[in-house]
Amino acid sequence: MKSFRRLVYPYIVWAFIFIVIPMLMIVFYAFTKQGNSVLTVKFTFDNFIRFFQDKIFIDVLLRSLKLAVITTVICIIIGYPCAYFIAKLKPNSQGLMILLITIPMWINMLVRTYAWRGILLETGLSPEIKVYIGMVYNFLPFMILQIYTSLSKMDKSLIAAANDLGCDNRMAFLKVTLPLSVPGIISGITLVFLPAVSSFFIPKLLGGGSYVLVGNLVENYFVTTGDWNFGSAVSLIMTIVILISMYFTRKFDYEKENN
Amino acid sequence: MKNKKIFSKIYLALIILFFYLPIIYVVVFSFNESKSLTNFTGFSLKWYEKMFENRTMMESIYYTVIIAIIATVVSTIVGTITAIGLSKSKRLIKESVNQVNNLPMLNPEIVTAIGLMLFFTSINMEFGFVTLLLAHIIFCIPYVILSIMPKLRQLDDNIAEAALDLGCTPFQALYKVIIPQITPGIVSGALIAFTMSFDDFVISYFVTGPGINNISTYVYSSVKRINPSVNALSSLIVFAITIVLILVNVIPMISERKKKKLI
Repeated sequence: MKSFRRLVYPYIVWAFIFIVIPMLMIVFYAFTKQGNSVLTVKFTFDNFIRFFQDKIFIDVLLRSLKLAVITTVICIIIGYPCAYFIAKLKPNSQGLMILLITIPMWINMLVRTYAWRGILLETGLSPEIKVYIGMVYNFLPFMILQIYTSLSKMDKSLIAAANDLGCDNRMAFLKVTLPLSVPGIISGITLVFLPAVSSFFIPKLLGGGSYVLVGNLVENYFVTTGDWNFGSAVSLIMTIVILISMYFTRKFDYEKENN
Repeated sequence: MKNKKIFSKIYLALIILFFYLPIIYVVVFSFNESKSLTNFTGFSLKWYEKMFENRTMMESIYYTVIIAIIATVVSTIVGTITAIGLSKSKRLIKESVNQVNNLPMLNPEIVTAIGLMLFFTSINMEFGFVTLLLAHIIFCIPYVILSIMPKLRQLDDNIAEAALDLGCTPFQALYKVIIPQITPGIVSGALIAFTMSFDDFVISYFVTGPGINNISTYVYSSVKRINPSVNALSSLIVFAITIVLILVNVIPMISERKKKKLI
């Protein structure tokens, strides 16, 4: 049986070359300047200083965070009742509803966003609202599915117990159902917020050129201007911001559970 | 009480309508006679004709399918072998491989994409089919491993040991005993890999070269001009997926009924 251990060695080499090295290269590029050869490498913080000194870049970062936060909040507000109503249906209808919600997810995200572009073309909505519609559309299913999973796992007798102990339906919801579905909300947030911060094709397709986010910034510096060092620095800043926000979300979840 | 029920039904119906609106839209407008994206003027199949005449469009479908198939096969094989090795490995190796695999799954896709772009450039690889395929294999393997590992954890080690005691070579024990028991995990891993590869845009966009497009990068590059053939292309995907989903959901139902009849 131990001889099977050797089966993992090729992948260790593979993962080091194709996963670890590319990540290290982003860090390397972020801390160097263009035109450095391996021999005359000089580390510098210039890329980061340039980012934080320019108000435009800070604005882009804040706009991306705002978009991600608002998208996540809208997804919770719309998605929670939806998941709750589905969990109250008969088991057969529950399965059907979940299937109906998952089917569109099988169709290419870009194709669906392209369709929204056509629908919203002559509605006269502002680019910002169009982007929000596209974002909520793409991420809402993830939120619904996560909350639904946590609600459907819940022990129904707990609500009966709360009712017996004198809670009305509203109190039972606030004191029993809602706290028990918090883990679902948290994993929904992870699945919505994280990709929302870095999304770049939804803003570009629906917002036109006028709505620049941090993902578009990375795209521009890599594809259009070719300043890979600055682009790497921007993507590093974006990753760190995401990691910090995830840390706080998880911590909140952990503290809630401990209380 | 009754009002509440009606409210919840209306709410769910509106959500479903919201999810299907763009799909209905592309299908309807793919049959539109005029070029307009907002007015339906009459029924015609000309955008489908235009689509089949458009070589880049047809090529994008071809590349999407061929890359998804190769990436699925390769990543499923490599992922299965690695997962089996991993389940017998020491804790340290297990933990570090899992951590490394988490990188492409937890990082924003765009970060994985530019990492690969920098890497391929630094080793002077020409951007095109090979880089695109390689990138898809790279990001699919972690998902395959992730979906097989739980099945391996449930596995009873003694059965494989027994096979070895009864004279199996390790290789025979692998494909006669271990693999049949983890097949559900392998199948779901392969399905995830296929959908990930088929739908991918962000990574493909950064690692593909001139002339090589998949459906996603093609749609992205064609938004500057109004081109209703894209609606036809989208509808084609919708039809294909609907047929697959119907088959997947109906076939088990029919076979179950047959079983019941036999009993």
